[in-house]
Amino acid sequence: MNRRDGDVGGTCWSCGSAVPGDGLFCAACGVVQAPGEADHFARLGLPTGFAVDAVALERAYVERQRRLHPDRFVTRAARERRLSAEQSAAVNEAYATLKQPLERARYLLRLAGRAVAGEDGATIDDPAVLVEAMETREALAEADSTAAVGAVAARTAAAVAGCRDDLALAFAASDLDAAARLTTRLGYLTKLADEVRRRRVGLIGVAS
Amino acid sequence: MSLLQIHEPGQTPEPHATGAAVGIDLGTTNSVVAIADAGKVDVVRDAKGSALVPSIVAYTDEGVVVGEAARWMLLDEPDRVVASVKRLMGRSAVDIKALAGTLPYDIAQDGADGGMVRLAVAGRTLSPVEVSADILREVKARAEHALGRPVDRAVVTVPAYFDDAARGATKDAARLAGLEVLRLVNEPTAAALAYGLDKGVEGLYVVYDLGGGTFDVSLLILEKGVFRVVATGGDAALGGDDFDRAVAELFLAERGPETLTSAEAKLVLQSARLAKECLSWQDQGCWAVEIGGRATSHRLDIARLEAAIAPMVERTIALTERVLVEADVTPGEVSGVVLVGGSTRVPLVRRRVAALFGREPLADINPDEVVAAGAALQAEALTVGSGTLLLDVTPLSLGVETMGGLVEKIIPRNAPIPLAQAQEFTTYQDGQTAMMIHVVQGERETVEACRSLARFELHGIPPLVAGAARIRVTFAVDADGLLTVTATERATGIEAEVAVKPSYGLGDGEIERMLRESMVHARDDMTRRLLIEARVEAERALLAVKGALAADGDLLDVASRAPIEGAIAALHDAVKGTDRDAIVTATEALEAAGAPFAQARMDRGIGRALSGVAVDRLAERLDRGANKAATR
Repeated sequence: MNRRDGDVGGTCWSCGSAVPGDGLFCAACGVVQAPGEADHFARLGLPTGFAVDAVALERAYVERQRRLHPDRFVTRAARERRLSAEQSAAVNEAYATLKQPLERARYLLRLAGRAVAGEDGATIDDPAVLVEAMETREALAEADSTAAVGAVAARTAAAVAGCRDDLALAFAASDLDAAARLTTRLGYLTKLADEVRRRRVGLIGVAS
Repeated sequence: MSLLQIHEPGQTPEPHATGAAVGIDLGTTNSVVAIADAGKVDVVRDAKGSALVPSIVAYTDEGVVVGEAARWMLLDEPDRVVASVKRLMGRSAVDIKALAGTLPYDIAQDGADGGMVRLAVAGRTLSPVEVSADILREVKARAEHALGRPVDRAVVTVPAYFDDAARGATKDAARLAGLEVLRLVNEPTAAALAYGLDKGVEGLYVVYDLGGGTFDVSLLILEKGVFRVVATGGDAALGGDDFDRAVAELFLAERGPETLTSAEAKLVLQSARLAKECLSWQDQGCWAVEIGGRATSHRLDIARLEAAIAPMVERTIALTERVLVEADVTPGEVSGVVLVGGSTRVPLVRRRVAALFGREPLADINPDEVVAAGAALQAEALTVGSGTLLLDVTPLSLGVETMGGLVEKIIPRNAPIPLAQAQEFTTYQDGQTAMMIHVVQGERETVEACRSLARFELHGIPPLVAGAARIRVTFAVDADGLLTVTATERATGIEAEVAVKPSYGLGDGEIERMLRESMVHARDDMTRRLLIEARVEAERALLAVKGALAADGDLLDVASRAPIEGAIAALHDAVKGTDRDAIVTATEALEAAGAPFAQARMDRGIGRALSGVAVDRLAERLDRGANKAATR
């Protein structure tokens, strides 16, 4: 989201008053402001970190959407309607990023200025990760029943949960090298979980 | 209220102080309109108490007829009647041709411009948007009658699985009908809103919505007035109509091979629909089909009906399972399953849904009216305000074409809307200054298997070495589920707003033309009379001039004859059309072109050729025309 509505310096685009607090609305005239450049954590009013309280995330998300969703601005001026759509989209993006552990971890690494493996040309050089991925792929290829795919799904889910816990410890200890490595692993595991899900959908036997 | 309200630009008056906002379920088979007041919903009913307006439009000489009356005309004059037009919304002629079998539509041949399909109905060429607008005008009028005041805004529902083109077409139709669309709301979401508020339930709910032509399944979290869609799935071309078709095929198989016209197809489908509906409460029956003067009788029982429709019901069950798997939810975690849509009255559907979830689905609401009720509640929430909030998702992934006809996904399905997603593209040739971007919608890996939404070209890229330009393309999906695209070249900061011309939509010019046409239709009766009079006059003028040419054509040389022949040809063309003004203008042009000729004939002063009444009339008319011209 870019700041193209003259809200630089936190003044209201409509009346020129200073915009206080969370910067969403002008205290003087009440109109919605442009989303600005806040990071995803700030946008949802959550502390920056890998450990995100799921309940707090949901609550913050719904609370922001209650105030910013375009449905609240249908009878307002065109510019307010557009800004509300931008605000609402920014909240959706923040929510979607922070809700998924993998996206959250990647986002934190980017905030810390770290290259994320698999992105921006960074390469994956952890042999353990590659071996693990290959083994799971083989197991999935051999699984030919709902039960067998379900077993692979359960194993993958357990691996994802374990990796997530390790990641939380690494971030808590500010060990960004470990966090980067674990994020790469989580990326692979998540891809595998997606493949397993696709296999399960495939077993339902419905074309998209 | 005056017909036109003129506002100073920039000044926003008290918005729509007089018009009411309603909720409209624009269905494949039936449409319903409802109004909410202080959270209480009133569904608009006719004198007989029915809320259902059949989505059937008849184009008669007396005017446009919508609803039950049009359904009756389906039997007598099927070629003047359009049913199930919703299935064609946002579809191209090519899409329609891909559908197998005899269709109950006459596809116009001249509309083969690659855009939206056109229908040939009673001598007119209509787009599905115009037919839908006629349905919307009818439900709008009913609401106005019930309310006693004008209605100018509406929440209109669409199948969750409608793609961008079909959504855009629906919005266009409402505009044509004189309605401002407050929001397009997905049908299952509207149903969940009405159901959740009415029953005061919370938790994880599935809405299984099987209508006349579309199937949607949505998984929602209902919590403290927030209705949040988690995942949605469906099939925009699967519904009760397909059950009818399966039954019709049974009947036709019993009759033996024959070729059907689209009108005959409509008749068989009517019988099939009746049979299907009767078998929801009786075990068997006998139905008659009469085509081409040959009447046949067809016995059908529940077992045969269910065997015929089972594959389609199984597909809905599979699509439901898929939504659950994709949301990582097991059937046991679902608090309840709400049945929506007339086709959920089919016993096989209820049994299969119950079997999947291991519990009886919730049917303690009217499956035909709940969507309109939800739309009405949302219309009130949007205009007056309320404590409820609807949070919906994209039904289909959005992507762009990459090398080799593959699709790169930009926005996944089930992403919360509104949303904006930016993606960077670069050039692949040195000095490249333009780039084609092809936006597609769908889940498949290849462009061919997805639906083409729009193609556009970015111009003015600074000529740099390959890969140096950085073009940031932002895809935004609004709360109606509609896509817009903007592009910026980042290396130089050149910004380009890209107008996405939908591959299957209507251009702005077309919409304007339709709006103009629709205004003419609003004065249908008078216009029709004037049109007929203009045609009669035109025919008389043509007859007279042709007669005069036959008699005294020798008075004219080639050069002076050409404008008269040209005017005759132009009037012939105009008379074929329905534009009264064009006919009058062309008639006047013929009169003007023929004036010197008439003068010459007078000058000749001979009676030998003045043998016909028609020619006398011509002389009179030409005099009148000359006088008229003189007074201008």
